Amino acid sequence: MHALSRRRFLKISAGSVAALGASGVIASGFARRASQAAEKGTRTVPTYCNVCFWKCGAIATVRDGKIWKIEGNPLDPLSNGRLCPRGTGGIGANYDPDRLRTPLIRVSARGKEQWKEVTWDEAFDYIAERMGKIKEEHGPESVALFSHGIGGTFFKHTLRAYGSANGAAPSFAQCRGPRDTGFELTFGTGLGSPEPTDIENARCIVLIGCHLGENMHNTQVQEFAAAVQRKATVIVADPRFSVAASKAKHYLPVKPGTDLALLLGWMNVLVTEKLYDVDYVTEHGHGFDEFCEAIATCTPEWAAAETGLNVESIRETAREMARHRPATLVHPGRRVNWYGDDAQRSRAIALLNALLGSWGRKGGFYTPSMMPIPDYPYPPYPETKRPKVDNPDKRYPFAGDSITTGIREATITGKPYPIKGWFVYATNLIQALPNQEETIRAIQNLDLMVVIDVAGSEIAGWADVVLPEATYLERFEELHIGPFKQPFVGIRQPVVEPPHDQKPNWWIAKRLAEKLGLGAYYPWEDVEDYLKWRVEDAGLSYAELKEKGILLGEKEPLYFADGVPAEFDTPSGKIEFYSEQLAEAGFDPVPRYTPHEEGPPGSFRLLFGRAPVHTFATTQTNPLLSEMMKENELWLNAAVARRLKLKSGDRVRLRNQDGITSHSIKVKATNRIRTDCVYMVHGFGQTAKGLPSAAGNGASTSQMVTRYKVDPLMGGTAVNVNFVTLESES
Amino acid sequence: MPLEFTTTRDNPGIDPVLNAWLVAVPIDLFVVAIAAGLMVLAGLHLLIVRPTKPQPMATCTVGPMLGVILLSVGLTALFLKLSHKLYVWQLYLTFEPTAPISWGSYLMPLSYGALLLNLVAHLPVTLPQLAERIPVLARISGVIFARPSRVIALGAVNLGLGFSLGIYTGVMLSTLHARPLWNSPLLGPIFLISGLAAAAAVLHAVLVAVARNERRTAKGKSWIDRLARWTGGSKPDAAIAPMLRWGIVAFLTLQLVVIGLYFVGMLSAPDVSQRAVTLLLAGPQALLFWVLVVGVGTVAPLAMQLLEIGQKIRATIIPALLVLIGAFALRYVLVFAGQESHWTRGIAGF
Amino acid sequence: MRYAMVIDTRLCVGCMNCVVACKTENNVPDGFCRDWITETVRGEFPDVRLEIRSERCNHCDNPPCVSCCPTGASHVREGGFVMVEKNKCIGCKACLLACPYDARFTHPDGYVSKCTFCIHRIAEGLDPACVSVCPTHCMFFGDVDDPASGVSKLLTTRQHHTLLPEAGCRPHVFFLT
Repeated sequence: MHALSRRRFLKISAGSVAALGASGVIASGFARRASQAAEKGTRTVPTYCNVCFWKCGAIATVRDGKIWKIEGNPLDPLSNGRLCPRGTGGIGANYDPDRLRTPLIRVSARGKEQWKEVTWDEAFDYIAERMGKIKEEHGPESVALFSHGIGGTFFKHTLRAYGSANGAAPSFAQCRGPRDTGFELTFGTGLGSPEPTDIENARCIVLIGCHLGENMHNTQVQEFAAAVQRKATVIVADPRFSVAASKAKHYLPVKPGTDLALLLGWMNVLVTEKLYDVDYVTEHGHGFDEFCEAIATCTPEWAAAETGLNVESIRETAREMARHRPATLVHPGRRVNWYGDDAQRSRAIALLNALLGSWGRKGGFYTPSMMPIPDYPYPPYPETKRPKVDNPDKRYPFAGDSITTGIREATITGKPYPIKGWFVYATNLIQALPNQEETIRAIQNLDLMVVIDVAGSEIAGWADVVLPEATYLERFEELHIGPFKQPFVGIRQPVVEPPHDQKPNWWIAKRLAEKLGLGAYYPWEDVEDYLKWRVEDAGLSYAELKEKGILLGEKEPLYFADGVPAEFDTPSGKIEFYSEQLAEAGFDPVPRYTPHEEGPPGSFRLLFGRAPVHTFATTQTNPLLSEMMKENELWLNAAVARRLKLKSGDRVRLRNQDGITSHSIKVKATNRIRTDCVYMVHGFGQTAKGLPSAAGNGASTSQMVTRYKVDPLMGGTAVNVNFVTLESES
Repeated sequence: MPLEFTTTRDNPGIDPVLNAWLVAVPIDLFVVAIAAGLMVLAGLHLLIVRPTKPQPMATCTVGPMLGVILLSVGLTALFLKLSHKLYVWQLYLTFEPTAPISWGSYLMPLSYGALLLNLVAHLPVTLPQLAERIPVLARISGVIFARPSRVIALGAVNLGLGFSLGIYTGVMLSTLHARPLWNSPLLGPIFLISGLAAAAAVLHAVLVAVARNERRTAKGKSWIDRLARWTGGSKPDAAIAPMLRWGIVAFLTLQLVVIGLYFVGMLSAPDVSQRAVTLLLAGPQALLFWVLVVGVGTVAPLAMQLLEIGQKIRATIIPALLVLIGAFALRYVLVFAGQESHWTRGIAGF
Repeated sequence: MRYAMVIDTRLCVGCMNCVVACKTENNVPDGFCRDWITETVRGEFPDVRLEIRSERCNHCDNPPCVSCCPTGASHVREGGFVMVEKNKCIGCKACLLACPYDARFTHPDGYVSKCTFCIHRIAEGLDPACVSVCPTHCMFFGDVDDPASGVSKLLTTRQHHTLLPEAGCRPHVFFLT
């Protein structure tokens, strides 16, 4: 931790280029700028956004060789022609002063951050040599990939060709994994991304800690606003009076950590007052009687005592939900790794939806469809000799995906087998994984760590080799084929050239494979050959796709009523109100509430969330977006603030239960939060010297997360279990 | 009911407190108001005395000379505060009757002309050596004094323009409706009166200094003597001194009265004005206002002048210095507190 | 013909897309904005009301920034657009002081700048950039002189307010509540 907070990252940007006199790099940069300056007039290029995982279709406009603006592609069913602020501000990343310009190799001890600039060839030689050694000494499975987003596709491919299937994204165990597990256990299907929530047609929307409008999941925010417009009933349970709460008919200021009690209380009301969808439950439900029995004691009175809410509001909101069913959507949320029983809480959300009959129904959850585009016919991958390392012996029996922290643990312990190489693509693990100290410990055990990124992020600071990637506006990418209401395929294509020696991910992955002697796995010469093959093999026109940016498929049925078969991929083939598989594995077959540990007296539970202008810890150096929000603030109840003699704008430091002190952060004294918790937006308080424009702005949530609770069902790492006190800086 | 207001706007010079006009503005308002006061005094004096030839009247010799210097300083300050300077000529391609600055942009050069004309008219007694060297200047003086009507016109022009210029320095602020602290029709009169008091005090101080010089120093050694020798100018006529003394008393008294009326007006106006004027009643600006503007700048010199009149103390230039400090502080406080004053941000209409 | 903007505060989530889009569309200099988000919170937790507004120059009918401009740089165009002609602006900043909304600022190049209602886009038949990108569709732009226009209908059917009507500028950005 201490090591981390004192980290110094070489000035990878302007400074080092000048200092090291990499004249070739500078010259090519100038030449390109000159050629861009020569371009006159305006042109547009359709592409899709990369500032978050939603991947909205977009159209970039170039004026006189410079990206002027980027707008939504009206053909895109996700964005309907309107991006979110991050998408609109995405062009700022191209002018990010902290961009990496050329490959770097570490020249002294890890963490000292001393680098030399190298050519791509030198970087690949270095990586290939180390990978060869790891393969020889430990086997190819000892190299793992951490990646986020669609850009990881080709790296996955290269590593599979090399012989390792070990790879994970923080989006599972650190984000939406528990939710997908909970829904899968109940309906037999996870939710994926985008979630098949039919907000558009919902008449009642229930948000539990889900702050739509502050998280800018574009389609959902658009549909949510439309729902508010047509006066759909909104119910929000959140310790914080979120933006969504301000649109709600019912706001329930639930005590943090007690959401499951609220859910059980609601279900108890629906069952005891016979307000649930009896036909639906009878037809599709399994184990309903056992379920009723299990929640019989979860009366609204009991729930009220646990949650700090009043009984009537619990009853009234349950009745309100029933009034609008099946068009009542209890939103599953997205980042739900809160308290360690998150899969069970998500399962309770799934069950509540089941009681309301909203799964498979209009205004509830629809059945998405995808454009049938074939995979590229690559040669088969070599067989991996050892199972994946992240979840040995199915320790987390219901994990539906790989667990990042499992790979981290194997890297630290060497068990079940050692992990000696990390590839990290487009994810800042320092901020994304809980307990930074463990991450750093794992890194110290590696023989090779390669980071591919656009900017000199914190994780790049720990790398042996840093490879500079072209931004999404400068590269081709894998096709975007998302599950949605209407099948579609989107293309990302370069709008402008990279300004320096940055390269697109496909080029990096392909070149690396060639260096590793795996060139046969890349039968195509240029990524456009690859894209064209896939698109045309699906019977579509590649030229048309390039021109329009998006091609739409035929609409397919969305609901049971339109002919979607009411099938559930669970052991019973039904909606599992009672889960035998959970019981067999020794877990509660029906979610059961256990009160969570409270913090020491005088401390606040630390909660966090998103801001509409930032994505995780990746956009803080984007000059446009950082101007919108340069630092985060600490939300503190106004009355508590008065008691602590703090006012908005005062600076404090957080001190967590393990004695870790945060960077300085501004107080936002507000009546929009409970007295027992504090809240801040994730992604700030970065320390990397490679990000001079972001370093030191606000406080880091991750730094405060020294404690985390692992979800026993699926290995998710719950982080809302840390408590802080405040130290005034004035 | 508790109320929180937040904004994402953070425009330099605008947020969190408007800071559009910097110290150049109170400097400009200060020197221009004194120049205006000097013009009024000179004009009045000319109209009362109606001289038929140049006389060493301090109002018309020292006055316009100081006035020209002060107005030059003012115009420079004004120019320096413009952020788009190369386009300053745009002022003279139009006349915008609702814009005080447009009036000001014409008043200033006209006043400059009137001051210069008065200066030239009296050049034969103010700077005879210069008048001799440039005969055309002496000829202009002769032309003006050739007919009494021309002297009267000169007086009237100086009086009228000086009055307008003095009022203008206040009106320029009071028409900026969005700054409630300035929204008083009394701001023009306050600035005019303060300018008159300062002008009278300056002239009086000159006469005091000259008189003291004669009494105290060996002939020809002091800087005043050297200056007189170098310019060849006549000694200013001290006859006006008692009038000026009474003038200072009258202007300062009037200033107190009008400032009092300003407060009465603001405190009885809608809440926006009331909130604004609390900036002068409490807070950091209030201290400056009550100590420097009212105490040091008005009450103290007023008392000293009354004591001088009653011959309880000797005449010194101290009251003049105090009046000048007060006059500058008045403008400084009003310009900055005014920018802090605003209509309720974001609260209305909720 | 009188253009106005109507913003539905019930829908606005304060995401700032209007702000970002304005910055790119109009090349607004770093550190400055022509539109911004305000939040007004009333009440005590948990009985709280929150109004979020996207604010900008109100393109007033009685614009004090125009009447105080000594060169005519600040002027009103056909349709009610309050504009600044930068080659007439001398940078005296009187308009900054005259605007009760503090909607204007001095561009780093010296002249005064502010929201133009994207008059260049209106001329092409487009909505202002902020309106066109809003993911909540909470912003509307149109002719309030035309009773059939979308904005006119919203203003006749919905409760609304303007900012500081008591300042007397007759602002033309309306907030639906």
